[in-house]
Amino acid sequence: MIHPPLIDGRPTVQQVTKDICRPLHARPGLAWIAAFLCALTALLMGVGLVTYEIRTGIGTWGLNKTIGWAFDITNFVFWVGIGHAGTLISAILLLFRQKWRTSINRAAEAMTIFAVLCAAVFPVIHMGRPWLAFWVFPYPNTRGPLWVNFRSPLLWDVFAISTYFTISLVFWYIGMIPDLATFRDRAEKKWQKVVYGFLSVGWNGSNRTWSRYETLCLILAGLATPLVVSVHTIVSMDFATSVIPGWHTTIFPPYFVVGAVFSGFAMVTTLLIVTRKVMNLENYITMRHLEAVAKVILTTGSIVGLAYLTELFTSWYSGSSYEQFAFKNRIIGPYGWTYVIMVTCNVITPQFLWVKKIRTNIVTLFIISIIVNIGMWFERFVIIMTSLHRDYLPSSWAMYRPTFVEVGTLIGTFGLFFTCFLIFARVLPVIAMWEVKPLAAELISPHRESSHG
Amino acid sequence: MVKNFMVGVFSDEQKLLKTVCALRGVGFQIHDVFTPYVVHGLDDAMGLRRSRLGVVTFLAGLTGLALAMALQFWTAVFDWRINVGGKPDNSTLAFLPVAFEITVLIGGLATALAFFLRSQLFPGSKLRIFNRHITDHLFAVVLEIRDASINPDKARKIFWDMGVLEVREESVNT
Repeated sequence: MIHPPLIDGRPTVQQVTKDICRPLHARPGLAWIAAFLCALTALLMGVGLVTYEIRTGIGTWGLNKTIGWAFDITNFVFWVGIGHAGTLISAILLLFRQKWRTSINRAAEAMTIFAVLCAAVFPVIHMGRPWLAFWVFPYPNTRGPLWVNFRSPLLWDVFAISTYFTISLVFWYIGMIPDLATFRDRAEKKWQKVVYGFLSVGWNGSNRTWSRYETLCLILAGLATPLVVSVHTIVSMDFATSVIPGWHTTIFPPYFVVGAVFSGFAMVTTLLIVTRKVMNLENYITMRHLEAVAKVILTTGSIVGLAYLTELFTSWYSGSSYEQFAFKNRIIGPYGWTYVIMVTCNVITPQFLWVKKIRTNIVTLFIISIIVNIGMWFERFVIIMTSLHRDYLPSSWAMYRPTFVEVGTLIGTFGLFFTCFLIFARVLPVIAMWEVKPLAAELISPHRESSHG
Repeated sequence: MVKNFMVGVFSDEQKLLKTVCALRGVGFQIHDVFTPYVVHGLDDAMGLRRSRLGVVTFLAGLTGLALAMALQFWTAVFDWRINVGGKPDNSTLAFLPVAFEITVLIGGLATALAFFLRSQLFPGSKLRIFNRHITDHLFAVVLEIRDASINPDKARKIFWDMGVLEVREESVNT
């Protein structure tokens, strides 16, 4: 079967450089400025609210004795999950030699970095005394030395998230070096020459280096692949190792990892649809890319649906009245409406992607991606809230509603995410030129040996 | 010391590959080839060995694993024992997640560092950039003219026969 080309417009190799380097020489468009101002406003509001929360205390949140964490941990899991799509595209699809990853991996990896940054905000501010956040690391101290508890999944999280962030950042930066050298060689302004000269570390295109570079990328991909699976597995263990009905299940690790990929690909879709339009990259991020992403959303969405059913079956089959109550309460309890939103958005909506017309239409795809984003946020809220608010003792049952500080902080992290992404789109190569150029060269002279993706 | 280079610039990777093969075929040593992207088959044409970065990853990862397990074991069993939910002091299985993360962290960082050192890539690196368009669309084959036994005219003829865009000789003070 002959696949249609991955990029449109048959650009020459030179044209690829020209198109991707355009932000170097052009002023930002109106759409970019408007988006940037919105994002910056949200970010500043978030900074203000977090400052208020730290000065006043965690009492500014709607938490109570029964519900000790709610909005913050929901947002944490939501943002960490978003990041997983970036690593999946850049590492796992590299190992599987999927060529369609080449146009979208850079932006997806950037998304990973910024999403993990947003995620990290929540556990740190929930500490109440964030200036003591370094206590989570094992170091010789004057408190004994009292070491951190290595048996706790919360501590595993510290190591998982910091390793994940570091390795993703290194992988992202190393993948950018050849393109940063292209920026360096085309820079006109003084600051550009200095900054890109510094960041491109003297890259000169030597094939001895290229050869080593390919090995390095494969090794990092090989390391990032089990890493990304471990991260959300460990996040799920924050819940699964507890004795709360609704949390204490062995299905959590795979269920969380698939959910993370599902939500991450939805966010990739949202971002790419906007980016290709605003940055005029329709020839590089094509319908074939978006369709491939849509298929991943459909697959993972179906697996998530299966996980929901499995949870229900297990709670019934377990014969444990507490488990059965937890799930009954989840569906028809006071927070039942969140369960309905979750199932509608995550299980029913992605099924429309079976229809080719829907998954190859920008508008419908965009709408579905937003719905999935919302649904996956609610999934975390459902898992966390409905399991906590009615536990073994009816006397401790409680309700929870977020305060404006919590909602504002969530909006603030969206501000942080989009501010970072918009700056990235202006000052760094949004598409991996060195990976797209072989595809372009192949299209121009199709008789050459196919190069690797 | 002054080094003399002969630089042949190409715009087509097929011509580049044929030139590299032809030059090596008559006994020229290729100093290096410069390309804007990974050219399939060029490693074989230049006769490059596979990189041994994997060895660094393995050794660094093993070190990370050993360090992480040792630290957890020592803190939990010797330095300050705490009874957490009645679990044994040496909860080896519970130590695995952190050990895994540290293995990946140290392995990945060490491999990246080894790559930068081996390739002499760092801010302010004095690596020679033979042509500003190599990072755009051009390719360059560079030969080092070491002594009189290497005949520059023979190399130049091969370059022109293969359809080179431009050939020039460069002297570099090192």
